[in-house]
Amino acid sequence: MLSPEAKLNPHIFDADVEQKPIRDGYGEGLVAAAKVNPKVVALCADLLESTRTEEFAKKYPQRFFEVGVAEQNMATIAAGLAVSGKIPFIASYATFSPGRNWEQIRTTIAYNKANVKIAGHHAGVSVGPDGATHQATEDIAIMRVMPNMKVLVPCDSIEAKKATLSAAHVWGPVYIRLQRESVPVITTEETPFLPGKAQFFWEPSIVGKKPDVLIIGCGAILYNALCAARELEEKEKIGTVVLNCHTIKPLDEKKIVELVKKIGAVVVVEEHQIAGGLGGAVAEVLAKHCPVPIEFIGMSDMFGESGKPLELLKKYNMDTKGIKSAVKKVLHRKKL
Amino acid sequence: MESLTEKKLKALELMANRLREDVITMVSHAGSGHVGGPLGMADIITAFYFHILQHDPHNPNWEGRDRLILSNGHICPVQYAALAHAGYFPVEELKTLRQLGSRLQGHPHRGSLPGIETTSGPLGSGISQAIGIALAGKMDKKKWRTYCLTSDGEHQEGNTWEAIMFAGKNNLNNLTVIVDRNNIQIDGFTEHIMPLEPLRSKYEAFNWHVLEINGHNFEEIAAAVAEARAIYEKPTVIIAHTIPGKGVSFMENDYLWHSKAFGPGDAERAMAELRTIKAKIKVGYE
Repeated sequence: MLSPEAKLNPHIFDADVEQKPIRDGYGEGLVAAAKVNPKVVALCADLLESTRTEEFAKKYPQRFFEVGVAEQNMATIAAGLAVSGKIPFIASYATFSPGRNWEQIRTTIAYNKANVKIAGHHAGVSVGPDGATHQATEDIAIMRVMPNMKVLVPCDSIEAKKATLSAAHVWGPVYIRLQRESVPVITTEETPFLPGKAQFFWEPSIVGKKPDVLIIGCGAILYNALCAARELEEKEKIGTVVLNCHTIKPLDEKKIVELVKKIGAVVVVEEHQIAGGLGGAVAEVLAKHCPVPIEFIGMSDMFGESGKPLELLKKYNMDTKGIKSAVKKVLHRKKL
Repeated sequence: MESLTEKKLKALELMANRLREDVITMVSHAGSGHVGGPLGMADIITAFYFHILQHDPHNPNWEGRDRLILSNGHICPVQYAALAHAGYFPVEELKTLRQLGSRLQGHPHRGSLPGIETTSGPLGSGISQAIGIALAGKMDKKKWRTYCLTSDGEHQEGNTWEAIMFAGKNNLNNLTVIVDRNNIQIDGFTEHIMPLEPLRSKYEAFNWHVLEINGHNFEEIAAAVAEARAIYEKPTVIIAHTIPGKGVSFMENDYLWHSKAFGPGDAERAMAELRTIKAKIKVGYE
């Protein structure tokens, strides 16, 4: 069942569940953050509408800077603004920022301790027809290895708004990973959001029944994980816990280790390379504290391609079916 | 800026010479680091920290200070020496350059040492950081100015030109960039490696006000900075022609001294030359 304390969208499993792009939440959060804090400024590299920075630019023209197609410049100008007391948000597609300007972010934002927030849009293969050049599947890895950097991956537009607001509030560099497509709205305004704290989205319906597998996920793909959890319970009597790990860094190690010690098998789901992403982060922690069988849903050292978002998710086993078979596989390994 | 009297000029020359001595001592003691650029920029650094900048070494984060951004972080030994003599930290600390636990990192790190405005070393990112600082100054209607010291070699970086384009578009008249036009980089002469000329017309084409000076002449440095403050329509770049290794004859204009390690006796020979110059300054080049 959906975890009651998460106060999730009660219509989540309806056929006509509300759908909204995660990036919309960034735009809303940015305007909301700007409203309460005059230090918030925004920069964009010729992707105003696409990164949902448009509303901010209209409302706060004096606090908005268009840098043109120049992501390195965007990151470094933001660093300068930040060391002068501003709270800059920079937005582009994740393949370009933090992709192209990674070293600038490393030196002038992370090492420089500049209070810059980096919004990486169009993450994951669900970007669709634009193809692999525009589908960021390495961004979590390259950002989470950077000292001083926090990494947030919201699962829907409402959580994205909360993540953006919290990024403005918390001091220091933050990377927020955002996605393009309209996806089911999983959470509600009432859903708690605490950076650094993973939260239960799904637990076995029979109270006291020990779950068989822990599913840890982040981003829009969590919806598929929830569908898989429901089907596994209803049709195959397999009990799972689904954990929304919206903060990849700092990772909620305590909760993950605690749960894994009880449950004994894990599936990690993300629209990212298996290497270095949430899966990598979880594996690093479990290898040290509690080694158990883990299955990984993600890109296996390969680039994406053009296609419809749902076709791509299916092809790369990121759909409900793919997640279900990973759960069964890890359950089998657990019993060996 | 106060006027440059004979007495002040002599004091600046002596300070620049002292910074050069410190650079030789620091880099030879550290066993690695750059000397060509620091020696070549000693006069400009001296002019800024001891004549041009509005700053308070005892209150490094004073809000009203002018901001000096060092883009080519590898020349930091000369900046460190200037900061120490200006009073930001004890001069004795200079000998800790590049050592474990030192605040004097091999390339400057903001937060480690007072007076360092930005972290630098990786080239080409200084002008855009200075732009961000200048923008913030404009937004907050501050009177302080932003100066950015750059190398000529880093004008081969794309990020540099992205920044130059942006500053031109936004008429950032509170920003002044100084280019250390010493014509050398690690692998050789800039015009062999990747030509930068015509540098003046490039900046002009990007809507900047361009000045060219002798980077070893304090009066020219001060006059150019004063002119930059009077230009309201555009950002200003001062292309400062300098001699890398200036003051040490066997290092001057030799690109190998960009970052060459000292051989036996090199430091002593360099110090002897600098001491001779100091004596000459004291007697007024009679």
